[in-house]
Amino acid sequence: MKKLGRVFIGVVYAILYAPLLVMAVFSFNSAKSTTTFSGFSLRWYVNLFYDRSMRGILLNTLLISACAAVLATVLGVIAAYGIYKMRSKRLKSAVNTVTNIPLINPDIITGVSLMLLFTFFGTWFLHNSAILGFWTLLIAHITFNLPYVILNVLPRLYGSDVSLYEAALDLGCTKTKAFWRVVFPGIVPGIVSGFIMAFTLSLDDFIISYYTNGHFNILATSLYTAVKKPLSPEYYALYSLIFLTILLLLTAVNVIEIRSDRKNSTVKKKIGD
Amino acid sequence: MKNRNIIELRNVTLSFDGEKILDSLDLSVRDGEFVTFLGRSGCGKTTTLRIIAGFLTPDEGDVFFDGVRINDVPPYKRSVNTIFQRYALFPHLNVYENVAFGLRVSKTPKNEIDPKVREMLRLVNLEGYEKRKVTNLSGGQQQRVAIARALVNRPKVLLLDEPLSALDAKLRKDMQVELRRIQRETGITFIFVTHDQEEALSMSDTVVVMENGKIQQIGTPVDIYNEPKNAFVADFIGESNIIDGVMNRDDTVTFAGHTFTCVDEGFEKDEPVDVVIRPEDVDIVPSKEGMVKGKITQATFKGDYYELIVDVKGFKWMVQTTDAYREGQTIGIALEPDSIHVMHKSEFSGLYGDYSTFSDEMDEDPEAEDE
Amino acid sequence: MNKKRKFSLGSALLNAPYFAWAALFIIIPLAVVLFYAFSDGEGHFTFSNILSLKDYGGVILRSLLYSVVATAITFLIAYPFSYVVCRMRPASQKIANMFVTLPMWINLLIKTYCLSALMDGNGLINQALVAIGFGKLPLMNNTGAVIFGMVYNYLPYMILPIYNVMSKIEPSLLEAASDLGCGALSRIRRVIFPLTVPGIVSGIIMVFVPSVSTFYISAKMGGTGDFMIGDLIEGQIHSQNNNLPVAAALSAVLMAIILVSMLILNRFTENDEGGSVLI
Repeated sequence: MKKLGRVFIGVVYAILYAPLLVMAVFSFNSAKSTTTFSGFSLRWYVNLFYDRSMRGILLNTLLISACAAVLATVLGVIAAYGIYKMRSKRLKSAVNTVTNIPLINPDIITGVSLMLLFTFFGTWFLHNSAILGFWTLLIAHITFNLPYVILNVLPRLYGSDVSLYEAALDLGCTKTKAFWRVVFPGIVPGIVSGFIMAFTLSLDDFIISYYTNGHFNILATSLYTAVKKPLSPEYYALYSLIFLTILLLLTAVNVIEIRSDRKNSTVKKKIGD
Repeated sequence: MKNRNIIELRNVTLSFDGEKILDSLDLSVRDGEFVTFLGRSGCGKTTTLRIIAGFLTPDEGDVFFDGVRINDVPPYKRSVNTIFQRYALFPHLNVYENVAFGLRVSKTPKNEIDPKVREMLRLVNLEGYEKRKVTNLSGGQQQRVAIARALVNRPKVLLLDEPLSALDAKLRKDMQVELRRIQRETGITFIFVTHDQEEALSMSDTVVVMENGKIQQIGTPVDIYNEPKNAFVADFIGESNIIDGVMNRDDTVTFAGHTFTCVDEGFEKDEPVDVVIRPEDVDIVPSKEGMVKGKITQATFKGDYYELIVDVKGFKWMVQTTDAYREGQTIGIALEPDSIHVMHKSEFSGLYGDYSTFSDEMDEDPEAEDE
Repeated sequence: MNKKRKFSLGSALLNAPYFAWAALFIIIPLAVVLFYAFSDGEGHFTFSNILSLKDYGGVILRSLLYSVVATAITFLIAYPFSYVVCRMRPASQKIANMFVTLPMWINLLIKTYCLSALMDGNGLINQALVAIGFGKLPLMNNTGAVIFGMVYNYLPYMILPIYNVMSKIEPSLLEAASDLGCGALSRIRRVIFPLTVPGIVSGIIMVFVPSVSTFYISAKMGGTGDFMIGDLIEGQIHSQNNNLPVAAALSAVLMAIILVSMLILNRFTENDEGGSVLI
């Protein structure tokens, strides 16, 4: 029974990674084909390095992701603190429902609805229906990032000790000071994970971007144009590098976690026995 | 009480990560008995319970149930049920369904389930709570549900793993009485695990004191208190002054610079021994009339008695008395022969029973066992 | 005057930015969708966009069917998968989890493209089959391929919530179940499954929602008859006809589908009566 289970998850992993393996292997293909391997070469990695339009697209992507993540984090932390402080339960649950809308709504609807809003605004107020571009893309990204930041920060706020805040007030802090000195340090982990999530979601999103970017191209939207035609292995090379980076990061994080788990469990054992 | 052994452990040994948790344990539990495993956190009492329940298999040795070896019988085939430390009630089921769980699993006919469940709920005083969510119950009520859930299956043996540790003091006392009543009414063998010596003494027919994965003493509560086998048991059960002495011959022992008459026999001539004096057995007399003299270094009012720490030749004794004394006073100490209990030396000699660094806080780790 | 709840400038300042943002970019856009769906190009109210959808009834039904099937298959793989992972040692669980998460970081488009490179008529699998003397298999451009593509891409989104809930089940509850007579299977049925319902529900949402609205997977992996709502919406917007009102009407229908499925799923999680869910 146990063996059967191992075989089963082994097969699932194999299927999960087969396309990624194809990507990695064909990123070293000397020809342009993604189905016939004609020899090993680093050609696509070199091309990637010298591809100016790709460099522009990557810069655009980083710009949008960084701006969206920073702004969404700032706005999200303020929003989370506001929700946390809200006294009316009804208002709170209403706000939470609205916050959940971009999470649950399919990306295509978020994208289309924002696009319609921008076009609507453009046609009726600016008499210019072609207003899609950097700013609309940024607004869209902030909008879909916001709930993730809020949902990362809120649990930290609810988990924080109210008496600490009260102690700070008691010891002479103003409300603002008490927030910065006592509450804020406690929610930093939530802010960081919210920020990272926002940043990576921005990097990865293509559906919402596709409807709101106009002519401002980012990696995911240019990828969408590219995958409709036979794909250049340059994208394979790029995504293989991304994959490798994430693999290394995740491995590092996991190794650290497993080590600290081990340490904790031996310490616990020593105390317990 | 029948004289048949319902559970027997023979030479049971279990190691974890190279560390011996249980060291060749031998134990028999008679049918219908209320047995308590008593010991500190990590002494192996919960491990023993889990071996009987079937959650752990011993590395060596055998477990017998009613004369049949059950080492390899999985928990769900044993007629043993467990009350878990934090009850382990199923949060997705209501009170009624929690209690009915075992019956439903065993495919008991529907029309038999209802009367059985209701009878159990009556036994634990939870009539009218059938539809309640278990997560909304108080600790004591959850405890009762756990008892009903286990007992409805009519187990031959009920295992209770520190079931009262999560309750507050008042409720704990009530549940002690309640458990004792349920045990008498049902006649089911109870094996109860606790680190609370008072709980053990007041509830059990038999107490099994454990430490370092070994049984230190098995006996009735009275025996365990009056005739502790070694320094560990003497110190763990109640308060004890444990003093180095020499057994001159039968009924005569020398310690604290004085030779006392006692009632202990069967030691070698001039054998070094541990002498146990319970704080409440010390008689205080004017210093001239004392067998030994001591100086009070600390006197604490405890409500119905005073607790004195008395320096007797550099060794600190704990003495309990109803009369008031003040610090610095010199007193005489007298001991009746039957207030003196003599024990053979053991691995625990010298570790316990000295009150020179005594403080109330050091008493007992209330933390639940985590094995 | 009601002075009990004092108006607080601080909390108003705190809430104002997010309220404004949510109103402008979450609520109003949805209203705009409805506005477009029920108006002609000049802003006059009309049912014609909605009525024109009757031609697309087949596509809408197909989208529903495909995504329900894909979600079900995903669940049937994810549940035993999570169960097996939960029974491993803690360190192995971490690693197993990491390798479930990892593919989620790679863009769906490129994964789907690579999948099609494997499954194509002249793709790698068929090349291998021909090489060993086996004929080609029609792996691509059919309904099965579309559903496989969805299962492939969204499987981690089903595994993670189920695993998270399952791994947090108190071990003592499982012991209690064994203690009360449950063998491995009845333990799953009576304890593990009901306790993992919240994880299953969020897994279903996280797979069903993107499946029903997908547009690249169906276009790339499917045949000519495998069009889904997402493809339609995309076509209405990005093809030459740029028919925003019809795209809006289709979006409104998609929203309605999501809303209804949420309401159905909520029945399984918000069960406050106690007692068993789903059994």
